Amino acid sequence: MIMEVAGVIFDVKRFAVHDGPGIRTTVFFKGCPLRCRWCHNPESQRLRPEPMAGAGRRYCGFVGAEGDPNVVGRSVTVEAVMREVEKDVVFYDESGGGVTFSGGEPLQQPHFLRALLEACRERAIHTVVDTSGFAPWPHLAAIVELVDLFLFDLKLMDEVAHREYTGVSNQLIQENLRRLLDRGARVVLRVPLIPGITDTEANLAQLTPFIAGLPGVEAVHLLPYNPIGEDKYERLRKTNPLGRLQTQPDDALAAISARFSSLPTDVKIGG
Amino acid sequence: MTERIHRLRQRSLHAVPCLSPERAVLMTEFYKSGAAERVSVPVARALAFEHLMTHKIVFIDDLELIVGERGPGPKATPTYPEICTHSPQDLDILDSREKVSFSVNDGTRRFFEKKLRPFWQGRSIRDRIFEAVDDEWKAAYEAGVFTEFMEQRAPGHTVLGDAIYKKGMLDFKAEIDAQIDALDFYNDPDAFDKREELKAMAIAAEALIAFARRYAEEAREMAEREQDPARKEELQKIAAVCRRVPARAPRTLWEALQYYWFVHLGVISELNTWDSFNPGRLDQHLYPFYKQEIESGTLTKKEARELLQAFWIKFNNQPAPPKVGVTAQESNTYTDFCLINLGGVRLDGSDAVNELTYLLLDVIEEMRILQPSSMVQVSKKNPDRFVKRALGIVKTGFGQPSIFNTDALIQEMLRQGKSLEDARAGGASGCVETGAFGKEAYILTGYFNLVKVMEITLFGGVDPRTGNRIGLATDDPSTWQSFDDFFDAFTRQLRHFIDIKIKGSLIIERLYATYLPAPFLSILIDDCIANGKDYNDGGARYNTSYIQGVGLGTITDAMTAIRHHVFDRKTHTMADLLDALAADFEGRETFRQTLLTDTPKYGNDDDRADDVMQRIFEAYFEAVDGRPNTRGGVYRINLLPTTCHVYFGSVVGATPDGRKAGVPLSEGISPVQGADRNGPTAVIKSAAKIDHLRTGGTLLNQKFTPDFLKDDDGITKLTHLIRSYFKMDGHHIQFNVVTAETLREAQKHPEKHADLIVRVAGYSDYFVDLTVDLQNEIIRRTEQVAC
Repeated sequence: MIMEVAGVIFDVKRFAVHDGPGIRTTVFFKGCPLRCRWCHNPESQRLRPEPMAGAGRRYCGFVGAEGDPNVVGRSVTVEAVMREVEKDVVFYDESGGGVTFSGGEPLQQPHFLRALLEACRERAIHTVVDTSGFAPWPHLAAIVELVDLFLFDLKLMDEVAHREYTGVSNQLIQENLRRLLDRGARVVLRVPLIPGITDTEANLAQLTPFIAGLPGVEAVHLLPYNPIGEDKYERLRKTNPLGRLQTQPDDALAAISARFSSLPTDVKIGG
Repeated sequence: MTERIHRLRQRSLHAVPCLSPERAVLMTEFYKSGAAERVSVPVARALAFEHLMTHKIVFIDDLELIVGERGPGPKATPTYPEICTHSPQDLDILDSREKVSFSVNDGTRRFFEKKLRPFWQGRSIRDRIFEAVDDEWKAAYEAGVFTEFMEQRAPGHTVLGDAIYKKGMLDFKAEIDAQIDALDFYNDPDAFDKREELKAMAIAAEALIAFARRYAEEAREMAEREQDPARKEELQKIAAVCRRVPARAPRTLWEALQYYWFVHLGVISELNTWDSFNPGRLDQHLYPFYKQEIESGTLTKKEARELLQAFWIKFNNQPAPPKVGVTAQESNTYTDFCLINLGGVRLDGSDAVNELTYLLLDVIEEMRILQPSSMVQVSKKNPDRFVKRALGIVKTGFGQPSIFNTDALIQEMLRQGKSLEDARAGGASGCVETGAFGKEAYILTGYFNLVKVMEITLFGGVDPRTGNRIGLATDDPSTWQSFDDFFDAFTRQLRHFIDIKIKGSLIIERLYATYLPAPFLSILIDDCIANGKDYNDGGARYNTSYIQGVGLGTITDAMTAIRHHVFDRKTHTMADLLDALAADFEGRETFRQTLLTDTPKYGNDDDRADDVMQRIFEAYFEAVDGRPNTRGGVYRINLLPTTCHVYFGSVVGATPDGRKAGVPLSEGISPVQGADRNGPTAVIKSAAKIDHLRTGGTLLNQKFTPDFLKDDDGITKLTHLIRSYFKMDGHHIQFNVVTAETLREAQKHPEKHADLIVRVAGYSDYFVDLTVDLQNEIIRRTEQVAC
């Protein structure tokens, strides 16, 4: 039954090594309620498949996900995704890896996500959900027992700035984070360091005490700015709202990292 | 690195390879003297060896600790007129070609033309081979269906075991004499042949001792003249070492290394054994000496390191002997495929990694030279620390060491009927070839062009390049109703060409057994002495002959394209496809793009392609495996190309995978360059669908960006990848850690990248020494990046 549930994804990447422990396969869900200005997966924002020049060459090259090579996004069943995910079980076993559901926002498709998580649990495959945290609590509550690790984004602490740069409030996100931790979920916080936006003095000054006040966070990952999304806007015929930014130099990253060193949790640069 | 090693290394790197006539002169002198005609063939070969070892120049460089050169000096490379002689054109090409050249002086040229060629014409084994094989064989050989290793190099492919670390040449000689005494002339019809062979071995053993004594004498004389007291002492020590070994068993690390080195020179001077004679499990053989000396305080770790490094340089001073004929034009390689094995398991199956293993890895990293090549044997019993240390060298980007699966090697050997102990004492040599070290003659007979056979099948038995009918007259392709019809025709053609190849090899094996026995090599490999039989005549405990399949990725993608487009989707007819191939896709670019992009490809963990690969593997295995050779063993398959995928590609027209005519084939079991698009786990999964355990070696190349391996996390992930591949019985994997950008830059400015070493296929080479085709092929290999 759950194998027939369908959803829309825009990519499956094997040998993902920055999306949780070990060697993983990352399934990218299409559709996101946020509109982060720095988004490096702009093709993930809309829920429906959409035109994107040359998308098929790079994405979803697996059986059950064929289609127009100039369209990004495919409707696929849990069965098709699991067939692809199961191909690398030998690598998961060896490395302590598994599957990561990312996006987009996987919680935008709660039934599909839950079905996939159940299928993974049946097969004893380790699961990570990489989320913005912006979802109705019941959707999170429905999966919390099935997720081995959450990668949970924290972007901007200032509510007004959060609305301005992501399009949504951070209140629900912070509330969901606390509830997840209360429920005993394993959570790694991920802070994307966007030059001049999230890596500012003001934001970092609020982030550290906030994190310090959270019980049981596993680790904090600081993600340096990644410019890979810049050419995608062109191919989607969208305008890049930020223009070109430079990734932080190593010494700047070290300085940022040092601010988090008083936290009782592990802090590292990169995922 | 000590000052001494630094200077020796620089000298070795900068020594200009030249062609030395010394060996050819001595051999010709001996055979012209008539001495050979008065004795049996094995004894004649032994006397020729003795003549060589007692007359060749002895050369000790002023800083050396380990001494002995094959030629009169470093990189002075001999020729082997008993096997083949270089023509004046060959010499011109060798001297003048841009890559992998050998300087040839006028005296050598004159000698070759006036004395050498006239004498050896018709006597050389190469001439005998081309006289003995039939037209069918020659036609297939000339069409590029297969190559023949032994037309230019003697059967070799063996690796030394542990015998010399326990016995001196005098001990071997005593065994040989005892065997002669025990011969039963009343009941053993082979007693005479055995006696001649054993007499030859005894002469050869004495010859090596004599050679070493000449070095001892030279060192003693140099010591007498030496003003510097420190060097004087060293020379005295060298003299003492060379008096002790190889006559008697070694007692120290220095003696063990020097002993091996004399043996190495003996083997590669006796014949130009193809290829790769080497000490094999060096960390295992040397560890008892190292441990005992470190514990007793007679050797420091620093001294041990220096001795090992001095030993390393000796290998680098011996380029592979240059070839003759058309192949001289192709740049080949200076590498002679000595592959040092580290790690693995002990005879009792336990983890064999020891302190010396790590020291040797340090030596490899610090020396960073072409020869010897190195590999690590990784068993499930070896610690991750060992794998990570090896990967720490791999990430420096010179293609060494390569990584082998000990547990698979052992199972391969067990399947072939070797004892568990012999299997555990073995390893891989050359590129990736599995062998029972010290006990096996595993002879590579030549590469086999799987893609050419498919092409000939598609053209009904005709080679489209020449129009010659060299294959069976199989059905007209337009009559094939299904993929199975096509595959049946292919299987028949494959069997036909394997028959031809083996027919030739059986003749060639007998030619070597009859005319060119190798009594010196026979001393070293069990059980030649006990059997009273030559290495080249089945004297070894195990005798395997290999045919190395090339182009698995290309043929899989080509056949998959036929199945997908002609038989499954029926979007193109066979006639249409053949027209496009004949036209080399001229005017058919859209079709070609469909074939390239809209077709399942091997290397993506896609069963639609991988199933076809498995069928090809089975057909090839069935055609070869288990057929008898003349040495009491059988033929087996392995899948490796060295650089032959470039030559084989040059004789194959356009193929249904969208490849244009003349483009190199895929190498080893790697996917077609650029066809793998789903990352390294998918490549590894596809490659693991081959039943590696039924081969004698497979070769998988992967290219990673330096960025991926820059931190420990990358090294850990790569360790997981390797362990996963090995869990699925993968035989071998090797890595290039260099960006395509760097390689392109090196192509443009070779002068700035003279030291850039890359992994080719089973060995490393200077990038600037490779042909442009091969350079481009390596650049096109898919670069794995982290997601």
